[in-house]
Amino acid sequence: MTGEQIFFLLVGLVTLGAALMVVTSRDLVHAALWLVATLFGVAVIYTLLNAGFIAVVQVVVYIGAIAILFIFAVMLTRRTLRDTGASVNKNWWAGAVVAVATFAGLTFLLQSWSGFSKTAAVIPSGFDAISQLGDALTSPAGYVLPFEVASVLLMAALVGAVYLAFNKK
Amino acid sequence: MNFWNDPLKVAADWLTGIFTSWGMNAVFAHVLVAFLGVLILITILMVIDVFLVWIERKVVARFQDRLGPNRVGPFGLIQPFADIIKLLIKEDTTPDGADKVVYNIAPLLSMMSVLILWAVVPLAPVMIGVDLNAGVLFIIAAGAIGTLSIIMAGWSSNNKFSVIGAFRQVAVMVSFEIPMLAMLLIPTIFSGSMGMNAIIQSQNIWFVFLSPLAALIFLIAAIAELGRAPFDLAEGESELVSGYNIEYSGMKFGMFYAGELLHAFTYGGFWAILFFGGYRFFGLEKVSPFLAIAIIVIKALVGYWVIMWVKYTMMRIRIDQMLAFNWKFLTPVAFVLVMVTALMNALLSGADSWLYVTGMILSNIIVAWVSLEIVRSVSKKEREKVEGLKPVVEAHH
Repeated sequence: MTGEQIFFLLVGLVTLGAALMVVTSRDLVHAALWLVATLFGVAVIYTLLNAGFIAVVQVVVYIGAIAILFIFAVMLTRRTLRDTGASVNKNWWAGAVVAVATFAGLTFLLQSWSGFSKTAAVIPSGFDAISQLGDALTSPAGYVLPFEVASVLLMAALVGAVYLAFNKK
Repeated sequence: MNFWNDPLKVAADWLTGIFTSWGMNAVFAHVLVAFLGVLILITILMVIDVFLVWIERKVVARFQDRLGPNRVGPFGLIQPFADIIKLLIKEDTTPDGADKVVYNIAPLLSMMSVLILWAVVPLAPVMIGVDLNAGVLFIIAAGAIGTLSIIMAGWSSNNKFSVIGAFRQVAVMVSFEIPMLAMLLIPTIFSGSMGMNAIIQSQNIWFVFLSPLAALIFLIAAIAELGRAPFDLAEGESELVSGYNIEYSGMKFGMFYAGELLHAFTYGGFWAILFFGGYRFFGLEKVSPFLAIAIIVIKALVGYWVIMWVKYTMMRIRIDQMLAFNWKFLTPVAFVLVMVTALMNALLSGADSWLYVTGMILSNIIVAWVSLEIVRSVSKKEREKVEGLKPVVEAHH
């Protein structure tokens, strides 16, 4: 086992543990902070995959914007931030079965894929991932249409949010 | 390649050689040397931080026509050490009902969010922690961790003033992140790269001469991000006592305070890197890496001095003024400037350098002038609305 594999397993375990704490912790702010830890773990996994740009974007968007807004909303809406009552209902076993079945199905599907057992190709030293990504997102032969459609969708969501919050006089 | 041309590599090779001669695994020795390098950088930064306290106090004293610390040691230079001893022996309090774990992690995260920034700061052409290809975005990512530390400190203290302070600070940081991100794109457009070293290398003409408006907006956003006056409403001594760090005592408070000073110094450094050529100064950086370090430290100190100058001459503004200033003025101007700069860059890409510079400066002046005219006409309307009430007031006389 190489050092990288040990590191990946450690990060994976921490990320999964933090994700478990998100759903089990009673205190909503604690749950949000555990969510930050989970998202950070995902960012570290992106770094291990040599996707530094995606890792930085993960931290900027998910921790810097989304998690902070979660914490903001939780702190503003509730007086007591503690959740009482049972944390699972009587269907918990069905949920567990679906989760395990999904995991097993995905593992089965991936095992039949030829790339599953391959080791990653070594990235050449002059390779600029950001330029490649930028070209792919803006060239007509690449993904310019999905990119623009997603932009329009986000813009529509933004305008809709402003319209809903706007105080008509 | 000798020690004076690439001191870091030579020292690292020497250390790795020693470790492997002891029978250590080569990979492990490499990791250990990298770890030692990080440790040395952080130690140097913390020592600089100690003297930043002294510099800050001396400079504010000059602005306020005082002498500043002048009793302990020559020019009061030993004063910060006395302060540190005082902070260390103070009682370490935790308020009742505080969330102990979160409360204790927050100052560490605050300091960490500043120190982590130095991973991408190029001190010399050959001295950079990692020349990350998303270097400028890294500044924003580290800022996100700083925001998180403040919200954790404010919430876990179990104090309403600290929560209000944290809300204000986070509102400032989340909103000023946007013009800052837009302004980070301008050096990226000019240099065609997001890496710090590439941005410095392409500054044959300092970017401040190409886009002075961008340098100004970046400075404003940086001051807001730092939570310094005129954007220090999170501290707001007259309303909130001390804001998010109100309940912290001893060295935990010291972490927030030292973190703020080092953060200001670091942003001075980023201002220098992005707009004032970083370690470059008329080819002096090619003479020796040590000279390059001296140049970037001096430039960072100049940036830090400008930030202090603004802090000690401006008054605090209200939260609604601050948010309106950001969302209704700074953010639109920043976005327009990015679009204009990208367009001009595409139009002038093949042109002579003097035409390029003139075109860029002219477009900057036009953007600044038009936005100021719009603001003037809007504020004139607002003023007329308020002045329309005047006769009623005068009728009482």
